[in-house]
Amino acid sequence: MHPATSMIVFTTLSGMGFGLAVVLGIGFLDPSLDATTFAYGTSLLLISVGLLASLFHLGNPRRAWRALSQWRSSWLSREGVMAIATFVPLTLSAVLAICMNSHDWIVGSISILGALLTVYCTSMIYASLKAVVSWHTKLTPLCFLLFSLSGGFLLASAFVSENGLAVRLLALLFLLLALTAKMAWRKRAMTVKPISTPESATGLGFIGRVRLFERPHSLDNYLTREMGFRVARKHAAKLWMVALIFGAILPVFALLLALAIGDGLVAHIVLVTGVIAHTMGIFVERWLFFAEAKHAVMNYY
Amino acid sequence: MTSLPHNRTTKRLGLVIDLDICVGCHACVISCKEWNTGGYGNALSDQHPYGEQVSGTFLNRIHTYEVVPEGGLVIGEAGEARIVHFPKSCLHCEDAPCVTVCPTGASYKRADDGIVLVDEDKCIGCGLCAWACSYGAREMDLAAGVMKKCTLCVDRIYNETLKQEDRVPSCVRTCPVNARHYGDLGDPMSDVSIMVAERGGFDLMPEQGTLPTNKYLPPRPRTSLSDNAPIVPLAENTEGARGFFAWLDKTLDRI
Repeated sequence: MHPATSMIVFTTLSGMGFGLAVVLGIGFLDPSLDATTFAYGTSLLLISVGLLASLFHLGNPRRAWRALSQWRSSWLSREGVMAIATFVPLTLSAVLAICMNSHDWIVGSISILGALLTVYCTSMIYASLKAVVSWHTKLTPLCFLLFSLSGGFLLASAFVSENGLAVRLLALLFLLLALTAKMAWRKRAMTVKPISTPESATGLGFIGRVRLFERPHSLDNYLTREMGFRVARKHAAKLWMVALIFGAILPVFALLLALAIGDGLVAHIVLVTGVIAHTMGIFVERWLFFAEAKHAVMNYY
Repeated sequence: MTSLPHNRTTKRLGLVIDLDICVGCHACVISCKEWNTGGYGNALSDQHPYGEQVSGTFLNRIHTYEVVPEGGLVIGEAGEARIVHFPKSCLHCEDAPCVTVCPTGASYKRADDGIVLVDEDKCIGCGLCAWACSYGAREMDLAAGVMKKCTLCVDRIYNETLKQEDRVPSCVRTCPVNARHYGDLGDPMSDVSIMVAERGGFDLMPEQGTLPTNKYLPPRPRTSLSDNAPIVPLAENTEGARGFFAWLDKTLDRI
């Protein structure tokens, strides 16, 4: 599948933003601190930038509001509704923290639920597509949720000073869980047998092997551009290593180093470096998520 | 609503495409584009039509496949390998995934006849329906920014200002060899249903669970070239020549 930049930016940034919203909802960050205000701002900013980025790939962005209407059937619509709905408790929670230096459990819990549901809806947009075998698995939502949580906790660990140990340990836990889930996802994606073949796509398998003799068009069309994106295997292997090192190994090192150092400026710098590495790693992971996915329509080409 | 219709009638309008007959002339592709660029919704745009990177929106495309049986590596030698021209457009699936994924309600399936359509005024051009379709039946129009697909020429088939013989999809009306047929596949006594039953019509990618309405008729078994070969006399063989040619043959032999 064609890896559209806007989709990669959207899923990566809003995923981290919603993960941070979960940490804020739990109340790990002391609402009386400036760092917490900054964390609320970061969470809302990441979600907003992500949502705005997602509008960029639309053919008619002015009609985007219509996408909120079909929540009964469409995961994309559900995602839009949930993302906007989650703004309400999250903003309320931010206002409470800034104005009254307090954290409300009920509002926090609603933010957590909203954030996790939104990420789940995002992942189900892809996981529900039977035409893309590597996405069509329960591991896809699991990966998206764990990536969101690991990103959120890692980001939070850079803001927190009290309760620092708990947040850092949870960040470490979610990073390792996300890594395990993604490894399982990728192993499945590499080995899964496609359910459709050129023979089943044309129904000509009863005669023999089917091979495209002539395309319907001499140059590319929308389908081949959108669905026929191919990434060279050698590059894919290298990019996967980049995603592994930046997305998981470097942040884990940063967390361990911060745990060893304790509090202080150095620990914060190390953690911020970890966050930057993780974000870059997730960008590459998301690029591969799209670029490596094979669509059933390519059986016709 | 992009949920699939709950109270569907038994009517299932669709196409039956005969892979035995199609000669791959692309006339249906052209007539489809011609009719639909001026009909339902936005025009079917082309990008750089006179440039090097020509590209455009089409609702119907013809692929051509070489089908090689076990052992039949060279056409003519094993005899059975063959070329099959393969027209492909929207199959108007009964369980259409393109409809349910639509976030805006632009994509819908009609309860009355099962035609899958896009309300282009509601389409935001997100492209998710094209991703959901295994058959590549949907193409985004880059000029209009909305999704285009086969409408089964809904503006022809019910059009009472047209003559009766023209009230069929443009591709069916145009096909010079009658490889395309249109009718109600929900009615077991309709011409198309009988044709499908007699010829063993099949679904494309049945494993995707989309329950396509359109059916394809398989190419008929073919006498292989190698079986036909002995019938063709060799050029050197003058056996059986009669009259003037027999005399000429004999005379020339003597020289």
